[in-house]
Amino acid sequence: MRDYPTIITVDEVIEETPTVRTLVFSDDVMASAEPGQFAMVWVPGAFELPMSIMVTRDGRRAAFTVRRHGPASTALYNVRPGEQLAVRGPYGNSFELRRGRLLLIGGGTGLVPLMRLITHTSTADEITVLIGSRTGREVFFDELAVHLLADHPVSRVGVSTDDGTMGTRGQVTKVFEEMLRDSEGSTNFDAVYTCGPEMMMYKVVQLAHDRGIFVQASIERVMKCGMGICGSCIAGSDIVCRDGTVFDGRRLLENNEFGIAHRDKAGVAVPWADPACR
Amino acid sequence: MNNLETNVGPIALDGPTVLASGVLGISLDVFARLRRAGASAVVTKSLSCEPWEGYANPTVVGLGGGGWLNAVGLSNPGVQNFAEVIRPNRDIPIIVSLVGSTTRDFEYMVGRFKDCAVTAYELNMSCPHVEKVGLEVGDDPDLVAKIVRATKRDSPSVPIVVKVGLGSSNYLDTVKAAAESGADAITAINTVRAMAINVELQRPILSNRFGGLSGTPIKPIALRCVYEIASEFDIPIMGCGGISSWEDAVEFILAGSSAVQIGSILGNRDLDIFGSINAGISKYMECKGILKLQDMVGLARQENA
Repeated sequence: MRDYPTIITVDEVIEETPTVRTLVFSDDVMASAEPGQFAMVWVPGAFELPMSIMVTRDGRRAAFTVRRHGPASTALYNVRPGEQLAVRGPYGNSFELRRGRLLLIGGGTGLVPLMRLITHTSTADEITVLIGSRTGREVFFDELAVHLLADHPVSRVGVSTDDGTMGTRGQVTKVFEEMLRDSEGSTNFDAVYTCGPEMMMYKVVQLAHDRGIFVQASIERVMKCGMGICGSCIAGSDIVCRDGTVFDGRRLLENNEFGIAHRDKAGVAVPWADPACR
Repeated sequence: MNNLETNVGPIALDGPTVLASGVLGISLDVFARLRRAGASAVVTKSLSCEPWEGYANPTVVGLGGGGWLNAVGLSNPGVQNFAEVIRPNRDIPIIVSLVGSTTRDFEYMVGRFKDCAVTAYELNMSCPHVEKVGLEVGDDPDLVAKIVRATKRDSPSVPIVVKVGLGSSNYLDTVKAAAESGADAITAINTVRAMAINVELQRPILSNRFGGLSGTPIKPIALRCVYEIASEFDIPIMGCGGISSWEDAVEFILAGSSAVQIGSILGNRDLDIFGSINAGISKYMECKGILKLQDMVGLARQENA
């Protein structure tokens, strides 16, 4: 773990969607991060922000996949090949990999740790990847997931969009719910892994946990230090950067802020727009 | 058997290790975890009259050798929100850290905690990287005296601790002003104003350029300050600065600390560091035949007395 920034040079930028780019670079420490681990990424002269560490198609390099949103993510999004970044980490824990029938369900840049997770699975595992998006134009990593799963004899990648412009129409959690209903009594998943918008994760965790399926989610909070000192990322009793970012579903359902609220930069609890009913 | 009980003046603690301000201190659930891990009390993040977002990242950087540089910028939810957070608390000793510029600020803030169980107030007069508060207040002993008197007047039943640091005036003058105006204890020291420049990027790392140095590198400095304060004043002290092991804690106690505050080491260690430091102190006392922690406070100064 490196707490002092290491300088890396971006050697390739991939346009994933009109608002999402992947910045590829070479760094052995970051390339060997565990699935779920993150880095604190500093755009010199601008901001530093936490980013899950992405895999690359060639499997040798590391990357960050960023959606332009606020000032910090936009500064990172605008970085061009040849430009430098300063990175700390990797920080945080990682997914606990089970064997057998695994479901990876995510949306947006939440797919990043799930893509890395695929590379840690065995070819004997039966893997289902479900990608959710509002619209087809914003779907990415579907083709990458197929590529990463090429050596898995039994695997599938499904896409769902809210507006039906790609894949199944409807929310990805609905697709998951139907899968569970169809498989009732017969085969089931050995583990479910999720990362994406919190209310999506809440629903996935709840559905899996209710059926006794092992489930883990990687959650997101405001981060400043990334190493368990400043307390900015606290959610209930959990220090997200240090205890997580990956948590068991059971622990998340016991957390009095998961699905309910997150904290702003001042540490004031802000309810999610559509908080979970508990 | 509990031989680790200690009193920081009127503040009775069931152990010597306390969470330092600025670290992890915004959630009651995390306070409960710290308590279970062995902390006898927690000092909250410094609260201000209104919520503060703090500085933009980068705000924290590790310098190696157990040293940390930060300019988080006193981000905090503000006294009003925070009072709501701790209102349900009954059993965790919470020392509320306050930061402000004027006597009026402190009077207002103390007023917000009237119906909360507050073990003590720690007045932050030593943060080295935010304008008009912290060290800028601490460097003005007259203002320190006014603030301590006003806080004491508004909240006579809650002990007042003044946290001092190394600024541009002699910190012992600040201690003197605090002691003479009724402070019950001193916390020494805060982080030391410092910076780091990345040579490849040729720019300061922290967005605020300047920050506060904490951790192992400042331990000998903090220890010296505790020793000096204990030698010159009859006021209880909580030592703070780079304490990472039971040996460090014992050094501070021998220099004159009645309790020690622990912070930056949590960047490298889990919360169980509190329990392991407590256990180490306990074992040390056994080896040395010291029955009560209080008997150890200031032992290293006896030869000079």
